[in-house]
Amino acid sequence: MKELVEYIARSLVDNPDAVEVKEIEGARSIILELRVAPEDMGKVIGKQGKIAKSIRTLTKAAGAKQGKRVVVEILK
Amino acid sequence: MELQTVEKKGKTIDEAIKAALDELNCSIDDVTVEVLEEPSKGLLGLVKKPALVRVTLKAKPEKEASSLVKEILQKMGLDCQVESAQFSGDTVRINLSGKDMGLVIGHKGETLDALQFIVGLMLNKKREEKIRVVIDVENYRKKKEESLEALALRLSDKVKKTKKQIIMRPMTSQERRIIHTALQGDPLITTYSLGEEPNRKVVIALKK
Repeated sequence: MKELVEYIARSLVDNPDAVEVKEIEGARSIILELRVAPEDMGKVIGKQGKIAKSIRTLTKAAGAKQGKRVVVEILK
Repeated sequence: MELQTVEKKGKTIDEAIKAALDELNCSIDDVTVEVLEEPSKGLLGLVKKPALVRVTLKAKPEKEASSLVKEILQKMGLDCQVESAQFSGDTVRINLSGKDMGLVIGHKGETLDALQFIVGLMLNKKREEKIRVVIDVENYRKKKEESLEALALRLSDKVKKTKKQIIMRPMTSQERRIIHTALQGDPLITTYSLGEEPNRKVVIALKK
């Protein structure tokens, strides 16, 4: 799951090296903390959060396959 | 995606290019060529220098898009394959199939829309001319498109009968486009969109 968010974020930002994802896995849920360079925040959030929403939709579907709830947090 | 590049020497520039094309197993249309060194015969054949060219394989949009889709599906852990990928005009069309197609489509197609949106962004990140990406699963979109067209036609009949305009439910830009296109040939009907995303709606009205 971590790889999925990392892969998407790295392909969208201008500073792929600054992309960091921390995965916290629980019994029923997975929390993914995404950090990107400050100037890349817009690249992973998008207009009205459209990109962030799409990333969450994709991780939700991947989580459904494993029977887990996935939360993606974008951190400053 | 890594671009494939080879550098080749040859007696002439043409020969060097041909050697590179043979190695990449492609035609001249698929590559960009840079001449690094012109050949020179030298004085009396003493300082002969071969031609040196660098040939780079152009990434084909449909190949690039389908490898992006594969990578994402694999990382999602879903059982779903790229069935076909075609590029025509400015649009790449990708069709998927597999056991997990229900998950790939998602509630009202929202997962499929998200996948399509993200792949479109990735594909166009380094492009000047934008390419539209359409991802479909076992013709899910096509069927949805047909039902939207039918709905547009039914509602336009109603507008003509009642002489009152109809405001449709909020739709994505893709869905709205289908409605506009379906009715643009009708001389009595005009369509336009109202409101802001994500609540933008199509209005079907009589032409004045």
